[in-house]
Amino acid sequence: MIKIWSMKKNEDAQAKKKPKTSAAQIRVQKDLTELDLPSTMTTNFPDPADLLNFTLTITPDEGMYKGGAFVFSFNINTNYPHEPPKVKCTQTIYHPNVDLEGNVCLNILREDWKPVLNLNSVMVGLQYLFLEPNADDPLNKEAAEELRKNRDQFLYSVKSSMRGGNIKGVQYANVLAQ
Amino acid sequence: MADTLVDSNGTVTSSDWKDRFYHVDQILDRPGPRTDPSFLAGDEVKDFLRNNCKILVIGAGGLGCEILANLALTGFKDIHVIDMDTIDISNLNRQFLFRQADVGKPKAIVAAQFVMNRVPGVKVTPYYGRIQDKDDAYYLQFNLVICGLDSVEARRWINATLVNLVDPENPESLKPLIDGGTEGFKGQARVILPTVSSCYECSLDMLNKPTAFPICTIANTPRLPEHCIEWASVLEWPRVHGDKKLDTDDPEHIGWLLSVASARAKEFKIEGVTWSLTQGVVKNVIPAIASTNAIVAASCCNEAFKIATSSAAYLNNYFMLIGTDGVYSYTFEHEKRDHCPVCGGESLEISISREWTVERLIEMLTESQNIQIKRPSLSTPLKSIYFQSPPQLEEATRPNLEKKVSELVPDGGEVTVTASTLPFSLSLLITYT
Ligand SMILES: [Zn+2]
Repeated sequence: MIKIWSMKKNEDAQAKKKPKTSAAQIRVQKDLTELDLPSTMTTNFPDPADLLNFTLTITPDEGMYKGGAFVFSFNINTNYPHEPPKVKCTQTIYHPNVDLEGNVCLNILREDWKPVLNLNSVMVGLQYLFLEPNADDPLNKEAAEELRKNRDQFLYSVKSSMRGGNIKGVQYANVLAQ
Repeated sequence: MADTLVDSNGTVTSSDWKDRFYHVDQILDRPGPRTDPSFLAGDEVKDFLRNNCKILVIGAGGLGCEILANLALTGFKDIHVIDMDTIDISNLNRQFLFRQADVGKPKAIVAAQFVMNRVPGVKVTPYYGRIQDKDDAYYLQFNLVICGLDSVEARRWINATLVNLVDPENPESLKPLIDGGTEGFKGQARVILPTVSSCYECSLDMLNKPTAFPICTIANTPRLPEHCIEWASVLEWPRVHGDKKLDTDDPEHIGWLLSVASARAKEFKIEGVTWSLTQGVVKNVIPAIASTNAIVAASCCNEAFKIATSSAAYLNNYFMLIGTDGVYSYTFEHEKRDHCPVCGGESLEISISREWTVERLIEMLTESQNIQIKRPSLSTPLKSIYFQSPPQLEEATRPNLEKKVSELVPDGGEVTVTASTLPFSLSLLITYT
């Protein structure tokens, strides 16, 4: 058997035992404790001992969605950061990039995810969706269509949906910030 | 080769007949220009390989079958194999240790039996279950580990386990890990010397990530059969079934996805949604190619043989095969990542009084000349000790500040420290005075 140990001697104290804490767990700890969020975003942990399941509330202070409080659920699995966190909007909202089931069209949550990205990047990306809804990547086609064709009408629909209004037969959640 | 001892029933009774390993012995009988200085030509090395060396094969699938056959034929005689899967009919085209009658049986057990029947004198010990079921003592018994897995998660686990196993007091605790992987016509083989060379986690960002299509394409402008299948699995399944988890091994679930995806494909005039494509997309399977498996397995076993015998220089440390356009291979040294969460980072042994509070420990980490960490957050493998942020977690862990470290961390226990001033993390090994 090859003698690998002799190669170790040349190295410094590298051989000290590392903790059994999983790489995913350390990454989540690092990501969470170093979140640098503006006052418009807050995290909430239903069980503070469970770092892998929590929600993020976004309360935009400008743009068309100002005045609302939008809640997203985050679910991180043990293969993080190889896999992105699973993120869903927990309310039924009128937004071109969010469908009625809460799926979100944000590239870094799927096709453009890389392990160097972190939870902060995802949260900032989500907030951006409320500042600049994007009609080109629609998940709610009617909303996207309206945004493209008639911005004023779209703004009216957004405001009405945020109060819990009904648009084209769909009942939206009241998301007005308390 | 002559001299095989066969009894009247046609069973081989003695394993090492004359010249059984004639060709392998050409390499082991004398040193060559590239043999390691520690190489002991002749009987000693043969004895080690054939009577003492214990090797673990993880995975008995496409790569695993090839690896088991190669090892047995090269002269490894104490082989263990772990696999948690059972044989599916679709495996039979390349997983040549299995037959039609074996469908439904555990891969590890059938593969072990097959190799033992075919290659006299080889003992293959199967374990039908998860690698996570086994503890450190189990992994410590092997000289070498070869992986032929298709799961990133399982590889990360065994890699971290073998890195953690390395005990500075015990040279035997360092187990070389040979990792093979294939994806269609591409493959790689690498040699990982835990804590010495680059580990699996070090290269995590080099991986091809699974193909994911933009969710809006899936929702609105499907053009490929895959788009329709993802629509069924990503959007329709949770909408219709709520919290019920999609089981990609359940034929009923696949059948449901197939019918939903087919209807969608018809609507958009897309062709090519089939049962096997549906299964492939949801399980993220890239068609396995028997020849790629054979090449990568051969490379892995060649490395195992060289490491076990010191008969030639082993791979340093990454061999990449690209068979998509012609046959191309490239070998390079993947560098260890300083801030690798598994093998890199720093660790520090500290000895403190049993009376020290968590607050006192944090003060020490912040003020000590040679540590100087700003705003450290601390946890044990099981729970958070103190988090500086976000506010809710800070509040939830604040009561721990007044507790004694010794109430939260056992003697010799481990604490993971993260802070924005640290590139990744620092592990503290705490002992009490
Ligand atoms: Zn590493």
